Amino acid sequence: MEKIIDEVLEQNGHAGMDSLIPILQEIQDRIGCLTEEVIIRVSEHLNVPTSKIYGLATFYNQFRFEKKGKYHIRICNGTSCRLNGSKWLIEYIEKNLKIKNGETSRNGIFSLEVVNCMGACEFGPVISINDQFYKTQDPDSLKELLDELSNEE
Amino acid sequence: MKPVLFYKEPEKEQVINEVIPYLHDDLPDSASKVLSAFRNDRVKIPIVYVGLTTSSEVGGARKTIEAIEKYIDENELDAKLVIVGSHGLCSYEPIVEVQLPGKTRVAFGKVTENAVPPLLDGIFNGYALPELSLFQYSSDILEPWAHIPLRDELPFFANQQRVLLKNAGIINPENIIEYIAYGGYRALAKTLRKYTSDTVCRLVEESELRGRGGGGFLTGKKWRAALEVPANERILICNADESDPGAFMDRLLIESDPQRVIEGIILSAYAIGASKALIYIRNLYSLTTHRIEEAIRQAYDFGLLGYNILDSGYSLDIVIRKGPGAYVCGEETALIKSLEGKRGMPSIKPPFPTEHGYDGKPTVVNNVETIANIPDILLNGVEWFTALGTEKSKGTKMFSVSGKSNETCFIEVEMGKPLSVIYDLANGVKSGRTFKALHLGGPSGVPVTPEELEFPIGFEELQEHGIPLGSGGVQILDDTVCMVDLTKYFMHFIRNESCGKCIPCREGSNRMYKILDNISRRPYSNESHNTLERFKGVIQLETLAEVMRDTSLCGLGQTASKPLLKALKSFRDEFEEHIFDRKCRASVCRDLRTFYIDVDKCTGCTACARKCPTKAIFGTPRSPYFVVEEKCIGCGICMDTCKFSAVYFK
Amino acid sequence: MNYTIEVNNRKIEARKGDTILETLKRNGIKVPTLCNMETLSPTGACRLCVVEVEGRENLVTSCSHFVEPDMKIKTHSTRVVRARKALVELLLANHPDDCLYCERNGECELQNLAAELQVRERKVQHKSFGQKLDLSSPGIVRDPAKCILCGRCIRICDEVQSVSTFEFVKRGCNMYVGTTMSRDLNFSNCIFCGQCVLACPTGALRERSNVEEVMDALSNSTLIPIVQVAPSISVSIAAELGLKATKDVNGVLFAALRKMGFKYIFDSATAADIAIMEIVQELISRKEKSTDLPMLSSCCPAWVKFVEQYYPEQLSWLSTVKSPQQIMGSLIKAYFPGIGNINPSNIYSVSVMPCLAKKFEARREEMTTKGVSDVDSVISTRELVKMINLYGIDIASIDSQQADPPFSIRSSAGKLFGVAGGSSEAVARTLNFKITGKDLHNVRISELRSVNGVKEFKFKAGKQEFTFLVVNGLKNIHDLMKELIAGSVKADYVEVMACPGGCVNGGGQPFVASTKDVKLRAKVIYDIDETNAIKCAHKNPQVIEVYTNQLEEPGSEKSIKLLHTRFSKREVLL
Ligand SMILES: Cc1cc2nc3c(=O)[nH]c(=O)nc-3n(C[C@H](O)[C@H](O)[C@H](O)COP(=O)(O)O)c2cc1C
Ligand code: SF4
Ligand code: FES
Repeated sequence: MEKIIDEVLEQNGHAGMDSLIPILQEIQDRIGCLTEEVIIRVSEHLNVPTSKIYGLATFYNQFRFEKKGKYHIRICNGTSCRLNGSKWLIEYIEKNLKIKNGETSRNGIFSLEVVNCMGACEFGPVISINDQFYKTQDPDSLKELLDELSNEE
Repeated sequence: MKPVLFYKEPEKEQVINEVIPYLHDDLPDSASKVLSAFRNDRVKIPIVYVGLTTSSEVGGARKTIEAIEKYIDENELDAKLVIVGSHGLCSYEPIVEVQLPGKTRVAFGKVTENAVPPLLDGIFNGYALPELSLFQYSSDILEPWAHIPLRDELPFFANQQRVLLKNAGIINPENIIEYIAYGGYRALAKTLRKYTSDTVCRLVEESELRGRGGGGFLTGKKWRAALEVPANERILICNADESDPGAFMDRLLIESDPQRVIEGIILSAYAIGASKALIYIRNLYSLTTHRIEEAIRQAYDFGLLGYNILDSGYSLDIVIRKGPGAYVCGEETALIKSLEGKRGMPSIKPPFPTEHGYDGKPTVVNNVETIANIPDILLNGVEWFTALGTEKSKGTKMFSVSGKSNETCFIEVEMGKPLSVIYDLANGVKSGRTFKALHLGGPSGVPVTPEELEFPIGFEELQEHGIPLGSGGVQILDDTVCMVDLTKYFMHFIRNESCGKCIPCREGSNRMYKILDNISRRPYSNESHNTLERFKGVIQLETLAEVMRDTSLCGLGQTASKPLLKALKSFRDEFEEHIFDRKCRASVCRDLRTFYIDVDKCTGCTACARKCPTKAIFGTPRSPYFVVEEKCIGCGICMDTCKFSAVYFK
Repeated sequence: MNYTIEVNNRKIEARKGDTILETLKRNGIKVPTLCNMETLSPTGACRLCVVEVEGRENLVTSCSHFVEPDMKIKTHSTRVVRARKALVELLLANHPDDCLYCERNGECELQNLAAELQVRERKVQHKSFGQKLDLSSPGIVRDPAKCILCGRCIRICDEVQSVSTFEFVKRGCNMYVGTTMSRDLNFSNCIFCGQCVLACPTGALRERSNVEEVMDALSNSTLIPIVQVAPSISVSIAAELGLKATKDVNGVLFAALRKMGFKYIFDSATAADIAIMEIVQELISRKEKSTDLPMLSSCCPAWVKFVEQYYPEQLSWLSTVKSPQQIMGSLIKAYFPGIGNINPSNIYSVSVMPCLAKKFEARREEMTTKGVSDVDSVISTRELVKMINLYGIDIASIDSQQADPPFSIRSSAGKLFGVAGGSSEAVARTLNFKITGKDLHNVRISELRSVNGVKEFKFKAGKQEFTFLVVNGLKNIHDLMKELIAGSVKADYVEVMACPGGCVNGGGQPFVASTKDVKLRAKVIYDIDETNAIKCAHKNPQVIEVYTNQLEEPGSEKSIKLLHTRFSKREVLL
């Protein structure tokens, strides 16, 4: 992990404040989440107080401080998907996997991210697991899908 | 066999040498001939086109592509596979088109991977599967297919005015030459040679183009303001954040015709004398980002971007910045904050970004659609543009239509057409359902009732009736949608997406959400103050909405109460039903359901009565049970428990 | 250039470049504000200062809009007042109802606003807020439930102190003010200067109160309660006690403290005099050896923590002399028992300080003897006011009293420790005497008395030239430190006070309305210096006495043991 941070920071040698978000994005893309160490290192590199970085990272949906699960579930809660029932899918996951938006299950298998409009409203509610899309229309078919995934474990 | 994506090196040389130097004027024949080959007017080998966009990706377009590759390889066919964008017919994705030598190009819808072999088997034998075929392109020189409607005659296309979407679905978005072949970059060449920045600003001012991002501000005026601030560097920002949770037209426009946006950006930047342009695009839109990155790379390759563009002495760099995701970052000052590496909290205006924007430099923020309009205005002239649309609103407007409509689509209609055009293009609601409303403009928009559909599309035209045109996200609502639930959804969205800076927006939205939540829930305890709270809340709603509009710092808070106020006005009965009768006619507010037991089905097994948390179910074992309505809290546990499907709700 | 604008149908003059709020204020029209602070940049977050401007669709925040010619403004139309009231009601919806039990009861801006706008009904039931009370630090208590997210603490920590402990975390309805990784304050980079407490309009940030433990000690008959009072207290407290703000009320304070039951009352300024002697000695010896220069002052504990966090490499620059509070603390437990003939373990040592970092300093491990803190309890000026009221002491009717020997006499140099630049002035006086044997011909050093964030004073003592730099408000220090480290700026003595203006504006001082009040406090101290007979530390007979009795001379082994300390690097998230 340290090596990755080193690499990213090296690429952004003389970066200013405006590179803060791109740097965090790249680090998160490669490590999977942000950590305290990332914040400290980036803060030293850019000479920005850590609180500013923490405040910034918690402002945006993209950044997370918990590692993604083995299966990262994204559910679209855009207007159209909502009208078509994404609410029940989210409710199902919250209840059965006991995770909320942005969280990872205790055993590290599932994590949930609720997003707004994935741009494919015709197939709503849209759900993707590890960037693979599924046309799962109701909690029952979602249950089947999740059961299948957890049985593989 | 891999899909053909880019141009080949010799093709690039040819275009750079034989076409680009002549783009500013009428093309000589030699150049036209070169380009004709890239328009696929006539083909020597069959070409299979697949629309690959975010929306078709979810529909399985990548699998379809694999299947086609496999089919071509296995049958050792001499054919080409080309990626194209989207026609806007989202419900028919994945769409596959085939062009055989001598025949017109023909489109098929819903071609999933399993449908590929039968489709291609047929088409290569001269037979177009009727259940899949959608339309064919008209041509004077090619032989048409029988019994397939022409594209231009299809109501879906005939009722649109496709200016920005002219190329969408037709050209390969990852090949700049095709864009040039369809008339691209001529506006840029002409402008750089003939007009000064000042002239471009003047032309756009005369065109009365208004921002498509939601505000409707006159684009020329904004540019002029920035141009007049003395500075050695100015910045143009293309706002591609598209943060409205139900809109996807900017995204699909970029995915289908990215070069149009790039050309527009270069022209807009030229107009304000900017040397740097930034595109702010949501990080989640990976395909969109890929397309625009590729487009920029190619534009550099062709000398259309970078240092000394087309030998004009004007230089511009375009940088892509990925937005880390926050609705407010669509607001221009918040967007600038985000670009500067800060929390995306809007700042007070004045100073406006045109004076003091990104990095303290004069900055213009424009929406993707606004920018995409520029090339055509400059190429075809101001008169051409002002002839489109109405007195006050010129040009066209793109909409993305989704929700409970029969078809999900993204469309472009001329200003001045009635709103019902949108409804018709989406093919109405599903059979058996009744149309309730058309929600225009997402969380800062309003639901439009069926009676209001006759109003013409336009900024002032709609504003007269208290309807903001918004950015173009449209949802069709039918009777399965509960208006209370929908407004609650929007308020929930605002409460989470508000930046949290100012009191009216942060606390007001939170408060309003709680009030709405309260009326869509049952009291879990029978304490009387719950009921009282509900009434008190409802009385507050309107004052709260007014204060929020009056005092919020940015557009988010100022417009956040719009859906609620309009819904309260147009669908008052539905709200009253929730408040007084404690009923949700769409059965969406689950708490308000009351459960009943079907006497014919109930065996009296007692299972539900034992599980009921409020002990609302009574009866004698082995004879039918019943639910005491007053006690039922609508949790639905009895329904889940019953093995005989005897429980139902109203 | 001047404009004429119309406010509430009356024409008034406005200056170009002024905000509407400033213009209104100058013309005696009061508009409520919450997020706005004189010294900070406007953010336009609270929206309470809205006014109606003709021709604008929405209301306009007066704090952030500049006046324009021919503006027509309504400051108290029904629409405006109703909006303001609704905003306060919204804030209150999320605010706990326990005003009666709140530290800030009676001094709370939110409470005043609610009263002013006549909020008479709770429209919404309060739901408790998820975040917990942070009691971790010895100096500052944070109660997130009372936070109204005005952002004043964030801005002051950022713009004035450049420490940036706080920042908004998350967004929308989930937003709160927090530290990096939402750590408790004790584990953050907070330096406990307490400026945020002064900035906070409600009780969300307040001092960690030690009043109860002091009262326990006072009522415990086996203990001998001793109190020391910092130099800046007597000039800041008058208005709070209903006296004239321009008065030095030292004598009255001493009398009040005696009434409460303190056995001995000492003046910390005497300890400041001793500190001066040590500092001068240390400076002379460093200058001779040319090592560890510039010497950084160490009397401000917030600044000391700041160096330990940000400049661990430069720790050796810090003067090792303890702060006056801790010098007095050491002397009370190690020197005074011998004179007063009492058992040191019975002593309960209390100090009254203008500062919250002093509470932290007293808890530092270096400031303990055999595990017991030299100073047992520290109370702030505000806490002292509360105690005076609690003990029912009528200030108006008591007569002045003296402090107790052996620490009752102070030079006015010691008193100067209360203002930024004051300790430098005091050091310069004694330094000059030590080197040349003569007094400065003008003891009043006006270069050090300006209100600038960075002040400079050069002078010659004999053949040696000295450069003194004075910094107050830590935002000014980073650039200077960089230059000092690089060597591009040279100095011999750098006095740093974390709080802008020095201790008179300390985090434990009574809340003030404007910077004018702070200037007034400084002026009282300077006035004392004008009239005081003893103007230099080395002329204080009691200082001489302490040295002859026990410490021998400044810098002696005994002095080092008792009056000097050490510093160590701190690992916190910066
Ligand atoms: C809360 C909020 C969200 C917005 N989101 C977007 C957006 O996603 N895309 C966009 O182009 N404009 C958005 N806008 C409008 C922009 O602030 C700005 O007006 C627009 O980008 C200007 O471009 P135009 O003049 O071309 O319309 C938003 C405004 C607000 C207040
Ligand atoms: S945010 Fe509000 S109180 Fe604060 S200064 Fe502005 S308008 Fe005034
Ligand atoms: S609303 Fe879900 S993809 Fe559009």
